Amino acid sequence: MRIRAPLSLSLRSLIGGFLGTVVLVAAILSTVWTPANPNRLNVTQRLSPPGGEYLLGTDEFGRDILSRIMTGAWTSLSLAFLIVCVAIVAGSTIGLMSGFFRGWIDRVVMMLNDALLAFPGILLALGLVSVIGPQRYGIVVALGIAFTPTTIRVVRGTVLSLRQREYVEASRALGNGPFYTLFRHVLPNALAPIAVLATSMFGWAILLESALSFLGLGVPPPAATWGNMLSAARPYLASAPWLSIIPGACIAMSLLAVNLLGDALRDRLDPRMQGA
Amino acid sequence: MIGFLLRRLLAAVPTVLLVSVAVFLLIRMIPGDPAIVMLGEGANDAALAAFRSELGLDRPLPVQFIVWAEHVLQGDLGRSILLGQPVSTLVLDRLQLSAMIILLAVAVASVLAVAAGLLAAWRQNSLTDVGIVALATAGLSLPSFWIGLLLLFVFGIKLSWLPVVGYVSFAEDPGQAWRFLVLPVLTLVIVEVGVLTRMARASAVEVLRLEYITHARAKGLPERTVLFKHALPNAFAPTLTMIGIVIGALLGGIAVVETVFTLPGLGRLLVEAIYGRDYPVIQGCLLVIALAYVLVNLVVDLLYPFFDPRIGLE
Repeated sequence: MRIRAPLSLSLRSLIGGFLGTVVLVAAILSTVWTPANPNRLNVTQRLSPPGGEYLLGTDEFGRDILSRIMTGAWTSLSLAFLIVCVAIVAGSTIGLMSGFFRGWIDRVVMMLNDALLAFPGILLALGLVSVIGPQRYGIVVALGIAFTPTTIRVVRGTVLSLRQREYVEASRALGNGPFYTLFRHVLPNALAPIAVLATSMFGWAILLESALSFLGLGVPPPAATWGNMLSAARPYLASAPWLSIIPGACIAMSLLAVNLLGDALRDRLDPRMQGA
Repeated sequence: MIGFLLRRLLAAVPTVLLVSVAVFLLIRMIPGDPAIVMLGEGANDAALAAFRSELGLDRPLPVQFIVWAEHVLQGDLGRSILLGQPVSTLVLDRLQLSAMIILLAVAVASVLAVAAGLLAAWRQNSLTDVGIVALATAGLSLPSFWIGLLLLFVFGIKLSWLPVVGYVSFAEDPGQAWRFLVLPVLTLVIVEVGVLTRMARASAVEVLRLEYITHARAKGLPERTVLFKHALPNAFAPTLTMIGIVIGALLGGIAVVETVFTLPGLGRLLVEAIYGRDYPVIQGCLLVIALAYVLVNLVVDLLYPFFDPRIGLE
């Protein structure tokens, strides 16, 4: 039996799109409605299993897990979005300038950037968190900065190939200023690779934000995130395993959605990388 | 070969320098007196004064860096505020456990990934291939802390095969120690095998298309020899680079797995130091992890020519 491509493109985007929509709808819905108050304590209903009065059960303080999962989805997605924005805006600006104008600034930027890329991003984030302290917008800054070097490298590489194109030379020959050429001709053509990068970074951002929150270095309680819900669940692994299973499944589902959609987007925007 | 080695060593120098400057500046970024930051709020005036003069805190920043770097080169990373021990002993002690877990996991994951990748590429587009790729892709979406908790639930709680909490070192009881390492290693294998398999498959697909493979087959060599003697070494070279990247990711992410399995490794030490604002320890951990990463990349680059001799000849 021969199949043309590993999992056909449409099937992948269909599954990814479906999972992504579920998470997104739950997240947006949570800003206006949740089945119960996600932070209301109810000592008489501690650790009740899923399927009863509370669809997904309750946690060690009797809080409704479904409501916390929904607000957690909003927190995870909105923080991941902000992190990607920080990295894309900072990285694209530096990458565009550096790649387009070249010269000694480009050499210095690349030297510093290569050195930053030479150590793991999460380590950079941990170092920054140790200075900023564990707080919601602290991790946006820390992870945003940690993702910037990768963005710089990708954007600069794209710009380096674009600036050799005829239409860029034509724009210069017509006497257009460098910034006009950069924003009118180079930037629009660099958007596709930036979009592909942003998608995969969105997945890393969800994962690393959850990891930091799991370590107690991300969003502090009582606010619900999938990561800090998992971290609180560890002592109840034997008595209430659903506390560990549900938030982790949500993280895995979101990552799967992002990875599948990211692959589909990459194939659509960059046919050369098809099947890679 | 010697020239390649020297050039590669030289290329690592700016990185090491920048890593050290970043770690040094970290303490200066914290608001307040660096002497109090490094010795803790409870330090007495005499100790603070001695610390200031020893590290030249009244002199310009570049001079301070040189003084600090001299101390670091002599193995003096300061003293932990919370634990009172020298940071260097603390860090090296904890590093052993983390390094053992990471290296074991990477070794197992690499063997599995190369085997699966080669098989998938050999049977490209078959059901086996689709299955391997689908599993590897699904593996990319699994957070390590979740896999760890699930494994603990199944093997620790439901089946009671392996311990759930605590750690016994090999020095204390070698018969027991490995039981604490099975699940952490397995967790990291599950998390990292996907990315390695995708890489191994992609490079094996490329290699199997090349003319020398067709030639080897045309010579009438058995398929086993073609795959393992001719295809494998070339397909392995790009995977080796990915192994370096994976070790780096694991060095950064080890704290998560050590938290799930309550293991006293370097990652746990770093996280606890961040909770307790134990800056000398934070500094020491970051420095050691970053240097370990630089070292891993160096080793990968030095091994590369053995698998792809064209690289060493340039």
